[in-house]
Amino acid sequence: MAELTYREAVSRAIAQEMERDETVYFIGEDVAAAGGVFKTTEGLLERFGPRRVRDTPISEQAIVGAVMGGAMNGLRPIAEIMFSDFFAVCWDMIANQIAKTRYMTNGQVALPLVIRTANGGGVRFGAQHSQSVEAWAMAIPGLKVVVPSNPTDMIGLFAAAVRDPDPVIVVEPKALYAMKADVPDGEIVDRLGAATVLREGSDVTICVLGSMVHRAMDAAERLAADGIGAEVIDVRSLVPLDTQAILASTTKTGRFVTVEESPRLCGWGAEVASIVAEEVFYDLDGPVVRITTPHIPLPSTDALEDLAIPSPDVIVERVKASMG
Amino acid sequence: MSKAVRSRSDKPRTDEAVRLEIYRMMVEARLFERRVHDLFLQGLVKGTSHLALGQEAIAAGYAAVLQPNDLVYCTYRGHVHTLLRGAPMAALMAELLGRANGICGGKGGSMHLTDVSKGAMGSYAIVGAHMPIAAGAAWAAKERETGQVVVCFFGDGTTNIGAFHEALNFAVVWELPVVFVCENNLYMEYTPIRSVTAVENPAADRASAYALEPILVDGNDPDEMHAVARRTVDLARSGDGPSLVEARTYRHGGHSRADPAKYRPEEEVAEWVARDPIPSLRERLIADGIDATTLDEIDRAAERVVDDATAEAQAGPPPDRSTLLTELWADGGSEWRN
Ligand SMILES: Cc1ncc(C[n+]2csc(CCOP(=O)(O)OP(=O)(O)O)c2C)c(N)n1
Ligand SMILES: [Mg+2]
Repeated sequence: MAELTYREAVSRAIAQEMERDETVYFIGEDVAAAGGVFKTTEGLLERFGPRRVRDTPISEQAIVGAVMGGAMNGLRPIAEIMFSDFFAVCWDMIANQIAKTRYMTNGQVALPLVIRTANGGGVRFGAQHSQSVEAWAMAIPGLKVVVPSNPTDMIGLFAAAVRDPDPVIVVEPKALYAMKADVPDGEIVDRLGAATVLREGSDVTICVLGSMVHRAMDAAERLAADGIGAEVIDVRSLVPLDTQAILASTTKTGRFVTVEESPRLCGWGAEVASIVAEEVFYDLDGPVVRITTPHIPLPSTDALEDLAIPSPDVIVERVKASMG
Repeated sequence: MSKAVRSRSDKPRTDEAVRLEIYRMMVEARLFERRVHDLFLQGLVKGTSHLALGQEAIAAGYAAVLQPNDLVYCTYRGHVHTLLRGAPMAALMAELLGRANGICGGKGGSMHLTDVSKGAMGSYAIVGAHMPIAAGAAWAAKERETGQVVVCFFGDGTTNIGAFHEALNFAVVWELPVVFVCENNLYMEYTPIRSVTAVENPAADRASAYALEPILVDGNDPDEMHAVARRTVDLARSGDGPSLVEARTYRHGGHSRADPAKYRPEEEVAEWVARDPIPSLRERLIADGIDATTLDEIDRAAERVVDDATAEAQAGPPPDRSTLLTELWADGGSEWRN
């Protein structure tokens, strides 16, 4: 065991995979010499050299296009898109090219690649550097999407993503980069499509992702003090989605709540809530509840940003209200 | 006036066998696309199709110099490029007809013909998208030291989209073995390229912005095309990095099957049809001593090839319903939940 920050876990994850497989390459803006704008990739250039860890121009289409072409011709490349908001300038590559090429060619093309990106708010960057875009990626058939909520998951899910034969988007909540946790020594490899039950409870299922995991855990602690047993499920992987874990918990508790950092419309929780409503409706004791950011761009100032993103207070309040 | 230099191949040194092969490829491609057009008019090829009638010398020039493990990326106007890379004609035709024996099982269609086994790495229908992807394939070739060259074909209109510029800069900075070939057919869809572009030669005049030699070639001259192809592919193969070629050409028909191309002046069309690369190579070959009967035999053989491919394609059944949900993921399926 060693205590690591989430940002240190990112570089350990990349190093673990580059060490293991020489076809793993890592490219992005300011990722090599500068070690990343969030300092998540420090030391990789020194360790793996300037060919395998490489700075690119500010050309998001070229970065993502290059990993696609690289994957078509024998590499297992990793691209960093500095802020997930920048997906909007390379969305053609992600949504039209990477996601569709295998299907369109009837399986002639395999794309074992990873795009990792810093996502979400909480750091006062304003509307163009704070979005939670996991639902954009989830909406496109052909992309796998994971959101690690702690350093160990970052390493394990990232390793699973690199080893996966399909394109995987690894969404890193940038508000968590400074978070510290004990991480096991040695190689860590997880699997895609497995949610984890972080806390057991019998009264309500709270389904969460990314940075909201920690707020939901705080809220669950406080709900317990009031005699409400909240079961907290970290979804971790949106595609593939562990619906069995979510449905089993909801059947047990009879109540279902999502906590989403993304704006209201078409957030990941809307899809999960619809699955719950369709498949375990008669096990529910009350309406499903979605706690999300309002349907607005995120404001910059702390006073407003904190108001927008679901807080433990809001989660406690909404869960209690839903229980009547 | 343009600063672009015309590529001069002195006396084309292409030997006779290669010129005959280029002739054969162009004739096969021409007859194939004419057949596609006929089948379209019969309602058998559905959706859309973008023919390269008149532009065949460009793909043929490159096809004649590429090695089996080289990679080609092309656009929705990519029937010819894919065919001349060696993809089986019947499987291409079957794809256009939406049959199970199609090269993509009917999932790709006219705009996405692909045969990875032949290095035809795909036809891309979002303008410019394949340029960074081609650069990426060249990056892998360089890192893995495979000796492969990547050739990426695109249109004049594509020079005005961001991906063109990102890909060129990237390929030059990383010194990648890729050749970018602009087929300037004077129109982006229905609009004359000169009316929407800051420079006269949309690719060649921008080459200097990427520290590349401006190369402008007559894309309807198969000998010149072959010479430029050889030179640029050799450069890439020997580690001298990317090239950007602008080949002037013209499509005989409309942009896509729905387009009667009324926006083009009749004299312009007539002038370019008179410069059709196939009869002009034929005349040259005869002038250089090739027997006309040899060429006639090539023409007849091409007709048989297209007839056979059409029959084989049409014999295929529609795709099985079960294939709807296959091949999204590498495990062969499309499941997203447990
Ligand atoms: C990004 C994008 N914008 C617009 C289109 C619609 N479109 C398809 S082909 C085309 C014209 C492209 O012209 P050019 O690059 O000259 O190629 P050509 O069709 O002449 O071969 C356009 C505008 C598209 N497919 N993709
Ligand atoms: Mg054009």
